[in-house]
Amino acid sequence: MTTIEIDHTSRWFGNVVAVNDVSMSVGPGVTGLLGPNGAGKSTLINMMAGFLAPSTGKVTLDGTQIWRNESVYKAIGIVPEREGMYDFLTGREFVVANAELHGLGDAAAAKALATVEMEYAQDRKISTYSKGMRQRVKMASALVHDPSVLLLDEPFNGMDPRQRMQLMDLLRRMGAEGRTVLFSSHILEEVEQLASHIEVIVAGRHAASGDFRKIRRLMTDRPHRYLVRSSDDRALAAALIADPSTAGIEVDVTERALRIQAVDFGRFTTLLPKVARENGIRLLTVSPSDESLESVFSYLVAA
Amino acid sequence: MYDPTVARLTYRALLGRRRAAILFVLPVLLVAIAVAVRAFAGADDQVASGVLGGFAIATMVPLIGVIAGTGAIGPEIDDGSIVYLLAKPVKRPTIIFTKLIVAVGVTMLFSALPTLIAGLVLNGNGGQIAVAYTIAALVASIAYSALFLLLGTVSRHAVVFGLVYALVWEALFGSLVPGARTLSVQQWSLSVAEKVAGDGLVTSDVGLPLATVLLAGVTVVATWYAGQKLRALKLAGEE
Repeated sequence: MTTIEIDHTSRWFGNVVAVNDVSMSVGPGVTGLLGPNGAGKSTLINMMAGFLAPSTGKVTLDGTQIWRNESVYKAIGIVPEREGMYDFLTGREFVVANAELHGLGDAAAAKALATVEMEYAQDRKISTYSKGMRQRVKMASALVHDPSVLLLDEPFNGMDPRQRMQLMDLLRRMGAEGRTVLFSSHILEEVEQLASHIEVIVAGRHAASGDFRKIRRLMTDRPHRYLVRSSDDRALAAALIADPSTAGIEVDVTERALRIQAVDFGRFTTLLPKVARENGIRLLTVSPSDESLESVFSYLVAA
Repeated sequence: MYDPTVARLTYRALLGRRRAAILFVLPVLLVAIAVAVRAFAGADDQVASGVLGGFAIATMVPLIGVIAGTGAIGPEIDDGSIVYLLAKPVKRPTIIFTKLIVAVGVTMLFSALPTLIAGLVLNGNGGQIAVAYTIAALVASIAYSALFLLLGTVSRHAVVFGLVYALVWEALFGSLVPGARTLSVQQWSLSVAEKVAGDGLVTSDVGLPLATVLLAGVTVVATWYAGQKLRALKLAGEE
């Protein structure tokens, strides 16, 4: 049982606040750290990895401080986002060097390379690897000492679907074995497929925490806004406003369009085409006006 | 205090980069100059001392020190690969000390050895000149490596600062402003050479006791401080 505890932690760079009074506890199993780009995910992971001092607050591993404490790396394995990784070495040389730095030998390196299924290319130079291969070798270097905690910063970036699935399987297995696995992502679907527990970070703040389904429901149940253009906007507005799934309709004269606020996402999306067909109205534009991840997240922060 | 894996990664990175070409070019140039001077001027103690002091010690040793010292750590910090060393239960001072040993070894190999060869070519070690300058190069290699390793740890522009120090401070100010010579690795190492060489062939503005203290002091303090800086190295540079 290994737990990373973040206690009222903030981190600022100059006068930019990257992480703002975050408290969370990351325990065994797979946890997804979800948030838009620039939300502070990397800063948070860097503090958990001991690469960055918290400006205030504490980040601990089973009660011991992580910053300036190199003994924590006996328990932590890290897969960084950055690509720099001794490109002049072969994959095997790289993983062996990582094993040696842990006081281990070739056997541990071979096992880690087998775990990530990179034996077939282990004698090629890292500089010749694809993004996905590099990612897997990084993974092997992090697994070489059989750590109880695994921290991964945007591990799926640039991977093709097959590599993504393989890595997800591997991380699921690690979580099921009782390891504490934390990965960051700005893609909802990745987190949904892999993590049962998620932590949402938006603009440096801890926006939500808990079971994925609960948070997903919060996300889909929120009011959605659409911009709709049709052959007869007024008739369409009249037909839609009668339904309880529609909370408000605004006729935007300058845009020559309707701005519709829907409260029941599922119902509204089936209602709109049905109503249009029944009334002989042609839909010209249906565009969600707040579907960006950022707006979904800021809704969560407000909720 | 010494980690063979860190050493292996360091020297492979150091000798594998394009920058390493300068490591080979400068010594070749020195030996070529020595061969040419010997051929045209014959064996002359003053001329030999001029070439070794003016080119080998004043220019080549600091330049190689800059490349080896900053190159032993700077690129790893720049591209982020240092995280694979830092995310290990290895003491930070061990990483720095190991990198220092590698940088010193490389600097000695590419500066002291060519100095000895050039000295032998120039006047066959007459007046102990070849040995004296070789000892100066060996001593300077240690101090330069420590100094530039520290620079590589604290600054992303270590090579530029290193070159400014080596070329502007040591070569230019050192020859124009007498006071600057007291704070010059070159003068300290020449002070050691002065004791070895025949009378008046090597001169230094710094006395041997002071030079020894300064050489040792700079090396120890720079290495210690680099270790401290590495302990607090923040890797979140791109945010």
